Amino acid sequence: MEPHRPETPHTPPPSLWPVGFAVGVAVLLLGLIVGWGIVLLGALLTVGFGFLWVRDVVEGTPTAPAAPEPPPPQGIGAAPVPARQAEAALPAMDEEEIHRYPRNVFLEGATLGLGALIGGIVTVPALGFAVLPAFVDQEPQGSDLGPLENFPEGEWRVATFLEDPEHGEVSRRTAFVRHNGDLNGVPSFTIISNRCAHLGCPTQPQGSLNEEDSEEIEVEHGTVTLIPTNPSGFTCPCHGGAYSIEGNRTAGPPVRALDRYEFSIRDGHLWIGKAYSVGEVEGEGKDARIKKYHRFYPGEHVDGIQQILYPFPAPNL
Amino acid sequence: MARRPPSLLRRIVNYPLDWIEERSGLIGGVRYFLFRKVPHDTNWAHTLGSATLTAFIVQALTGAILAMYYRPDPGTAYESIQKITNELTLGWLVRGMHRWGASVFIILMFLHMGRVFLYGAYKYPRELNWVIGVLLLVLGLFEGLTGYLLPYDQTGYWATVVAININGTAPILGPFLVNLLNGGADFGPETLSRFYALHMLLVPGAIFALIGLHLYLVIRLGVSSPPWSDRPAGDAMPLPPPSRDGARAGLVRPGARRRVRS
Repeated sequence: MEPHRPETPHTPPPSLWPVGFAVGVAVLLLGLIVGWGIVLLGALLTVGFGFLWVRDVVEGTPTAPAAPEPPPPQGIGAAPVPARQAEAALPAMDEEEIHRYPRNVFLEGATLGLGALIGGIVTVPALGFAVLPAFVDQEPQGSDLGPLENFPEGEWRVATFLEDPEHGEVSRRTAFVRHNGDLNGVPSFTIISNRCAHLGCPTQPQGSLNEEDSEEIEVEHGTVTLIPTNPSGFTCPCHGGAYSIEGNRTAGPPVRALDRYEFSIRDGHLWIGKAYSVGEVEGEGKDARIKKYHRFYPGEHVDGIQQILYPFPAPNL
Repeated sequence: MARRPPSLLRRIVNYPLDWIEERSGLIGGVRYFLFRKVPHDTNWAHTLGSATLTAFIVQALTGAILAMYYRPDPGTAYESIQKITNELTLGWLVRGMHRWGASVFIILMFLHMGRVFLYGAYKYPRELNWVIGVLLLVLGLFEGLTGYLLPYDQTGYWATVVAININGTAPILGPFLVNLLNGGADFGPETLSRFYALHMLLVPGAIFALIGLHLYLVIRLGVSSPPWSDRPAGDAMPLPPPSRDGARAGLVRPGARRRVRS
């Protein structure tokens, strides 16, 4: 019953243009590293070969002639007609045979246009609501870590605090805090985020955690926990990333040093501020020289040649 | 030869079916859907697709029931899961079905994909169905990712943190993806509700729609023969002569199935 299906698919003959297209893409990517001239060359190759490829595909495909068939017997009791046949059974109508009145065209356009307009009016705000809040007001306001006396000079504390009290416990973060002594008459702190620069697992201080001497400090929003520790570095339990005491990567898969926090001192309290990313720290303690980058997510390079892969940080509108 | 009048029971069953068929044509449609011609040398490997569909339906049903007791809030999610597992009657069973069924669904998708690949059933004219199948696979894996967070235990939490950050390493768009998945710059209260909405509304809806397309193409193009078949791919037995019993034929009449496939 089924007409014999042509076993040859309607595909164009083999062609080398896709290879040229792929080479163009490769050159373009290489150009991103080498320079803009190569990018331009790659783009030209890509567009040129892409055009040739598309032209081949379009011209090489024979248009399938629709063989008209006698309509199968219809009526009650007839076996259901396979879809392909049912389509073939429709009377063939050429576009030109149907006379189209201007009003007809207008009504069709108006229906489609109005439908699109209504659809857009409904969809665009919904999509915006789905996407935009994730990019608005994402800057934490800063958190109180408690009085300065809790941070003796030269000692490390593992501090957990609420990054955003409105969000509650789910925003509890951990940082390694060390008082470096005074720098130009102002106390200097090293505050390292515990978020691994590989994929964001929590790194641990490499050394004993003195949990008996841990302190819970009530601040304006929630509780801050401080656990004394004496680490020789930081390691991540997930994939074995290891960092020096200044947060520089020493081993494993992380792509940069551990992130750091800005800090300020208000009314004798240490306040943790904005987090920022660090490629590598030179020097130690208060003499450290740090190039600050916008805070990027784990696994994203901020320096070296790979930084071109992450040109834009997530916007904060 | 006079035909014996149908029994009372048969008339009772047939009457509503005829009523529906006369007004909708649905019975004939269902019959067309279920009693299609298939190649004579199909085998058990051809059942993997239906098995995957069954696994998905189990996931959809158990998931909808779990949603009656689950609370997608960072403070209470873990407790509600504990309650489902340990306190509510049969909760352990339904949660277990959903949890292990998820793995079954994923495994069956891959087996089905392997069957289609090894049998060459993705070739012309079925390429588009392969593409739809790959989309279904991606969405199924995404269901696995979003569902893993919902118990809100340490495993789920950190696995999700790592998974989101893996997305973050995508060139150029990575940082945007992280914000979209987190619902903010960092893992927060929105992350859980966002994953919950994706897991139980958006993605399953898309999967249902794509399964509809997938089945439509299976019916339109027919089931393909195995590569060792002596018939051209997809050729089936001829259709039976039209039934005189009209609309209800095949659904309730014993022997109809044999006749269709004869």
